[in-house]
Amino acid sequence: MKKNKLGVLPAVPYIVWMAIFVVVPLILVVFYAFTNEAGGFTLANFSQMGSYTKVFARSFSLSAVATAICLLIGYPIAYVLSKETPMFQRVAMMLIMLPMWINFLLRTYAWMSILENTGLLNTLFDKIGLFDLINWIGLHLASDPGKYVPIEHFNMINTQGAVVLGMVYNYLPFMIMPIHSVIVKIDRSMLEAARDLGADSKTTFRKVIFPLSLPGVLSGVTMVFVPSVSTFILSRLLGGGTTMLLGDLIEMQFMGGAYNPHLGSAISLIMMLVVMVCMSIMNHFGDGEDTAVML
Amino acid sequence: MSEKLINLENIHKDYGGKTVLDNLNLYVRDKEFVTLLGPSGCGKTTTLRIIGGFETPSAGVVYFDGKNINDVPPNKRPINTVFQNYALFNHLNVYDNIAFGLRIQKVRESEIKDRVNRMLKLVSLPDYGQRSIDRLSGGEKQRIAIARALVNHPRVLLLDEPLAALDLKLRKEMQRELKAIQQQVGITFVFVTHDQEEALTMSDTIVVMNKGRIQQIGTPVDIYNEPKNAFVANFIGESNIVPGVMHRDKLVSFCGRTFDCLDGGFAPDEPVDVVVRPEDFEMVPPEEGQLTGTVRSLLFMGVHYEIMVETEQFTWTVHSINRADVGDRVGLYLTPDDIHIMHRS
Repeated sequence: MKKNKLGVLPAVPYIVWMAIFVVVPLILVVFYAFTNEAGGFTLANFSQMGSYTKVFARSFSLSAVATAICLLIGYPIAYVLSKETPMFQRVAMMLIMLPMWINFLLRTYAWMSILENTGLLNTLFDKIGLFDLINWIGLHLASDPGKYVPIEHFNMINTQGAVVLGMVYNYLPFMIMPIHSVIVKIDRSMLEAARDLGADSKTTFRKVIFPLSLPGVLSGVTMVFVPSVSTFILSRLLGGGTTMLLGDLIEMQFMGGAYNPHLGSAISLIMMLVVMVCMSIMNHFGDGEDTAVML
Repeated sequence: MSEKLINLENIHKDYGGKTVLDNLNLYVRDKEFVTLLGPSGCGKTTTLRIIGGFETPSAGVVYFDGKNINDVPPNKRPINTVFQNYALFNHLNVYDNIAFGLRIQKVRESEIKDRVNRMLKLVSLPDYGQRSIDRLSGGEKQRIAIARALVNHPRVLLLDEPLAALDLKLRKEMQRELKAIQQQVGITFVFVTHDQEEALTMSDTIVVMNKGRIQQIGTPVDIYNEPKNAFVANFIGESNIVPGVMHRDKLVSFCGRTFDCLDGGFAPDEPVDVVVRPEDFEMVPPEEGQLTGTVRSLLFMGVHYEIMVETEQFTWTVHSINRADVGDRVGLYLTPDDIHIMHRS
C-alpha cells in the first residue's frame, strides 16, 4: 500500500479534540470519584453506592424495557421498509428522522401536554365518552355501588410508563436506522440461494435475514440503551420526579441542592462500567458477525 | 437420453415493455449438459432464472417431467442453482452452508454429516468444514457453492456463469472438474456462459442465444462446423463472412470466383453469406491459390500465426502454422467442405 505522505497529520485535529473533550474529562471524572473535598484519596464515594441500588436498578430496567420495545417496533419497520423502492425508503427514512429536527425539550413538553390528566388524550377519551362507559360498566360490576369511585381520567403522566414512552419515542429512530441499513445491504442473491435450497419465506427470514441483520440490531440496541440509561430530563418531565433515574441523580450532584461532584463522578463511573459490561456481553453474542457500529 | 426433463414452450418475458425473451422453445433431456451461450443481455440468465423459478414468464409454459411448473416456487422445485457470485451464507461456516438445504428437509444430523463430508470430498476440499466463508479463495467458494447445491440430490443443477470470476488457469481446471462431477453424479446441468470456448469444451448441447431469441441448438461440433447464421458463425470462434451468390446446389461464387461447396437447397442465384473459418485456409504459393492477396499483418498466437491477407475484395483472417512476412504475396486454397453457406440474415 502506498504510504500517505502526510502520515498521521490529518488525524491530528481529531486527536486533539479527543484529548481535550474526552480523555481529560474522563481523567477528571476518575480523579473526582476517588477524592474527597479536601483532595485526599478516598473510597468513601463508592461505599455510599449501596443506597442508590434502587436508582441503578430502575434506570437499567426502564432502559431495557424501552430498548426492547424499540426493537419490537423498530425491527419490523426496518424490515418492511427494506423491501420498498429506494425512493420510498428515502422518504420514509426522512419522515422517521423528522421529529429529531425538533428540539428534544420541546418534543418532551409536547408529550406532557398529551399525557396530562387534563391533556389531549384524556380530553379526547372524555369527549368520546370512554370514561362514562367505563364508569357505567364499573358501577354495574361493583359489589357495592355506593363505594364505587368513578374515574375522570387515566393516570398517564408521572408514571414509569410515561418515562418509557418518552425513551421509545425519542430513541426509536436510532433503532430503525442501523437495522435498516444492514438489512438493505444483504445480498439479494443470498435470499434467492435460501429459496433455492428449499427454504420458504419464513425459514429464509429465520435462518438468513435475521442472523445477517444482527450487527444492525446490536448497534440499534447500543444506540437506544446507552442514552436511555443516562437520560435525566425525561424522567423529570414525564416521570414527575416519582421515578428518579441515574441521570437525575448525577445531575443533582453537580447542579442541584445535593452538590457533591465527588459522589456524582463515582456514580458516573459505575454507570459507565455497567454499560460497558452490558455492551460487551451483547457484542459477544454477535461474535463472528461484522462488528457492530459502536457509538 | 430422449426424455424431455425440462421443456420450455413459447416463453416470453417482458421487463417494463422491453422484450427479454421472445418465443423461446427449448427442451433439456435427462442427464444432459446443456449450455446457454450468448453475449450479455441475450436472455440466457433470464432463461435460467425462469427454470429455477426466480422469474415467471410473461407468457408460455415451463414443464418439468411433463408437469406445468409455472406456479411452483423455487423452494418446491427439484432444481438447485450455483449463483454467479456464489451467494454463500457468510454467517455460516462451510459445513453449515452445505448442510443448509438438508436441515430444511429435516434430514437426520448423522446422515447430514455423511452427505456433507462426501460432497466436500467430491469437490476436493475435505477438512474444509469448519472454515469460515470469508477465508475461502474464489475457486474454493466456487466448489463450496457447487457442493451446497449438489448435496440436495437435485434432478437439475443450474449454473449461472459460475466460472466468470476465476482466472484463466483455474477456470480451465474447473471446467474439466465440473464436467467430471456431472458425469459422476449423473444429473442434468444447465450452464450459462458467454465464453464460447467454455461452451464447446463442456457441453453435450449448446443453445446459442442473441437478443432474446435462440439462434441455434446443436452439439458443439455441429455449432462450430455448421453455424446456422452469421451471428452464430461470428460468436463461435472467428469467422470470415463475405457476401456471395448461390448459383445452384453445390456451386457458389464470391470474391469474383466460383467455388464448389457441399451445401444445397437454396433458390437459383440466391444471395447468401459465405463463412470460412480462419484455420480452414491453406496458405499456398500465389500461383496455386484460388485467391491471391498481400499479407497486411502478422500476429504470433502461440500455436499458430494470425495473418491478415488482403485480396481485391476482402481482407481475410487466416490462421496458419506457417509464417508469412508482411508484404508477401500469398495464395489461399479452399476445399469444398471449408465453405459454409448461410441464408442472408
